[in-house]
Amino acid sequence: MTTLLEMREITKVFPGVKALDRVSLTVEAGEIHAICGENGAGKSTLMKVLSGVYPHGTYEGEIVYDGQPLHNRGIRDSEHKGIIIIHQELALIPLLSIAENLFLGNEVASKGVISWPMAFKKTEDLLRQVGLNEPPGAVVGKLGVGKQQLIEIAKALSKNVRLLILDEPTAALQEADADRLLDLMLDLKARGVTQIIISHKLNEISRVADRITVIRDGTSVSTLTKDEISEDRIIKDMVGRDMAHRYPERESHPGEMLFEVENWSCWHPEQAGRQMIKGVSLNVRKGEIVGIAGLMGTGRTELAMSIFGRSYGKGHQGTVKMHGKPVDVSTVTKAIEAGISYVTEDRKALGLILEEPILRNISLANLVGIAKNSILDKRREAQVAETYRKQLAIRTPGVQQKVVNLSGGNQQKVVLSKWLFTDPELLILDEPTRGIDVGAKFEIYTIMKDLADQGRGVLMISSEMPELLGMCDRIYVMNEGRIVGELTRDEASQEKIMALIVKDNGKTTGKVA
Amino acid sequence: MAEKQSSLGGHFRENGMLLALVAIVALFSLLVSMQGKPMFLQAPNITNIFLQNGHVIILALGMLLIIVSGHIDLSVGSVAAFTGAVAAWLTVKQGLPVWAVIPLTLLVGGLIGAAQGYWVAYWRIPSFIVTLAGMLVFRGATLWLLGGQNIGPFPKEFQAMSSGFIPDLTGVMKPHGLTLIIAALAIAIVIWIGLRARKRDAEFGITPEPGGLFWGRTLVIAAAMAFVGWQLASFRGLPNVLVVLTVLIVLYAFFTENTVQGRRIYAVGGNEKAAKLSGINTERLVFACFVNMGVLAALAGMMVTARLNSATPKAGTGFELDAIAAVFIGGASMTGGSGKIIGVVIGALIMGVMNMGMSILGVGIDYQQMIKGLVLLAAVIFDVYNKNK
Repeated sequence: MTTLLEMREITKVFPGVKALDRVSLTVEAGEIHAICGENGAGKSTLMKVLSGVYPHGTYEGEIVYDGQPLHNRGIRDSEHKGIIIIHQELALIPLLSIAENLFLGNEVASKGVISWPMAFKKTEDLLRQVGLNEPPGAVVGKLGVGKQQLIEIAKALSKNVRLLILDEPTAALQEADADRLLDLMLDLKARGVTQIIISHKLNEISRVADRITVIRDGTSVSTLTKDEISEDRIIKDMVGRDMAHRYPERESHPGEMLFEVENWSCWHPEQAGRQMIKGVSLNVRKGEIVGIAGLMGTGRTELAMSIFGRSYGKGHQGTVKMHGKPVDVSTVTKAIEAGISYVTEDRKALGLILEEPILRNISLANLVGIAKNSILDKRREAQVAETYRKQLAIRTPGVQQKVVNLSGGNQQKVVLSKWLFTDPELLILDEPTRGIDVGAKFEIYTIMKDLADQGRGVLMISSEMPELLGMCDRIYVMNEGRIVGELTRDEASQEKIMALIVKDNGKTTGKVA
Repeated sequence: MAEKQSSLGGHFRENGMLLALVAIVALFSLLVSMQGKPMFLQAPNITNIFLQNGHVIILALGMLLIIVSGHIDLSVGSVAAFTGAVAAWLTVKQGLPVWAVIPLTLLVGGLIGAAQGYWVAYWRIPSFIVTLAGMLVFRGATLWLLGGQNIGPFPKEFQAMSSGFIPDLTGVMKPHGLTLIIAALAIAIVIWIGLRARKRDAEFGITPEPGGLFWGRTLVIAAAMAFVGWQLASFRGLPNVLVVLTVLIVLYAFFTENTVQGRRIYAVGGNEKAAKLSGINTERLVFACFVNMGVLAALAGMMVTARLNSATPKAGTGFELDAIAAVFIGGASMTGGSGKIIGVVIGALIMGVMNMGMSILGVGIDYQQMIKGLVLLAAVIFDVYNKNK
């Protein structure tokens, strides 16, 4: 094996912060090399140095690529040499077709005139290589994220990629799509494309990666080979301490019945006649943490949002009870008054006002709580924010800091603070640890435990089965808009959850056939 | 670290605006005296800045709320013209007394705002389209109501709205005693509010701006107010317009910064979906912003009509652009969610001072427009530059 890339002692300083401190990375030709690390550890900065986003001269250290020193002046330079990065946020233009996107900036043209027949033909060829069966003229925006991801890879292939960098490629993908992507990575590897993958998902890494470099606080901690890869080892290197217990110890004492949903149904807001939630019934007791498992797109978020002030769907039917009495949840305000809170899955788009300071985000859902006769008491607002900052250990120089400057974990704590300030009896947490690093996850779990210990009910939606198994007293399994099973803590396992889903899918297919 | 920067950055913006205003005033003073004309900052000119730009400030107050909520209103010039025509029609043709005309006209303005806000808020039709339509519709409606002619003149009481001065209850008359008392009170209040905010900043753990900067700025403001107060008092006293303006500015500043509903408007503009999921009735707030804009447009329309002493088909042309320019010069974000009343007022004053200064200097309307356009562009570029830095 020959070395394709060697980054030696890379140091990158931003005003006031040393983002990278003598990081070294060696990538062999033809391997899949994973980079792991907590959020803010410096993974993305390192990749930006490599791909020319930070040009030569703005960092210290040396990069040797293909036996030659690499002096990138910009992204174009590195793309010429076959180094192509696919960012977490896809860079496709939704209103253009696949073919138009693939050759954007690199058009199949002579003298400025595009040859569409040629472009379409090349597109078809590239799509075949990534295993995507869509016409080249299809509009990208109408395809799912998984397919868009494949188009990005096809785009990279069109540029004769030699080193492909994927920054958290599966973060937004459903499990099946993620699987397909990982298979494609292995396929590309077989065809000689060297790849670097940045990922939080340790199971994926152990599946595709040949070697792993762990980065912590801007320095490279270790490089492990395939045989040394184990989740515990990686976690230990990432956080710098042993995480024998990834979940806080908790004894559950479920109390009286708190929250009941009976026969809840609703329909798709636009597509007439498409029932999204089909007669769901579930309940949560005081002091209980209840999970909802299921694949993505099976209606879990839709269920939560439709209950929370009919924020999703139309034609709602069914009853919601608190303490055994039916409550009106027809608007968000009424749901909050009934003691329900919903922490959204997408905290940036739906949970926070990024350009506003922490304290104004925390008070948002309960402005009345800091006001007298509709006039805000800003002193009280600051006190409230300060209280939650301490209680939830939000790491920030002060509550006047804009939330856009916080890390994912701290942003999530701000969202939690906002809802805790409404003093809810039941919290619905939708993917509460998505995109959060391992250390912060533990803190979020601890907060959930504390909430349950205070006698509140927690309903947790998650696509990460280990965290459901680690945290929940009971788990409902949802599929195709229905609850297809309920497991207690003792009976639940990943296999049983999957079995319930698969069995249900078998039933529906059976009906159709 | 970042905390300090953002806090200073905030003060920097407002101080910069104020500095720009002072610099512009100084520039015109210099240029006017170089032409050998009477002093720029004399009482009639100062009075006129407020009389001639009162409507821009009033429109800009409403426009700020609209823009903060993430929308725009292009119809305010036409609505001002139409409501001015309604007021003229009610007063001159129907012979209604002033006390009935004013509330009726404001009501018409509110209804127009509601009609437009309904489509924007509840049907989610882009405000740009709805109010562009409104701009055409109400310009046409003005022509129709006036039959293509001017309607006027108005009784004295109606004109007092724009050209009257407060009576001198102290009986001193020269200089105007009550004006001086009000000016002194206003200075005291400004200093007190500044000190209180400073104290509160410290309590909240916001790094306060340096003492020298604070006192320097407060001194400049106090001196300017004392000067304006004295000049006004030695002329005809405090104009009614300025009283109305002050009340509205204080009211809107308080509303935007210290009330639940005011805060919610910022949330709607900052992230509508998050606001909605936090239990905020975003539709109703946007609707309310447009109703408010309609009422303020009617007030501005009446003031302009009263000043000209007649309602004309061409009244209010370009008002929407002046108001929007004032809001953006005042530092509001183009995407909604941020902007301050005080910034908007300074923005409107900058436009007003430039209008008057250039007129006195005899700068042609062609150059005036070009210069104003460039000032707007420069202000926004300055903002963007600061944000990216």
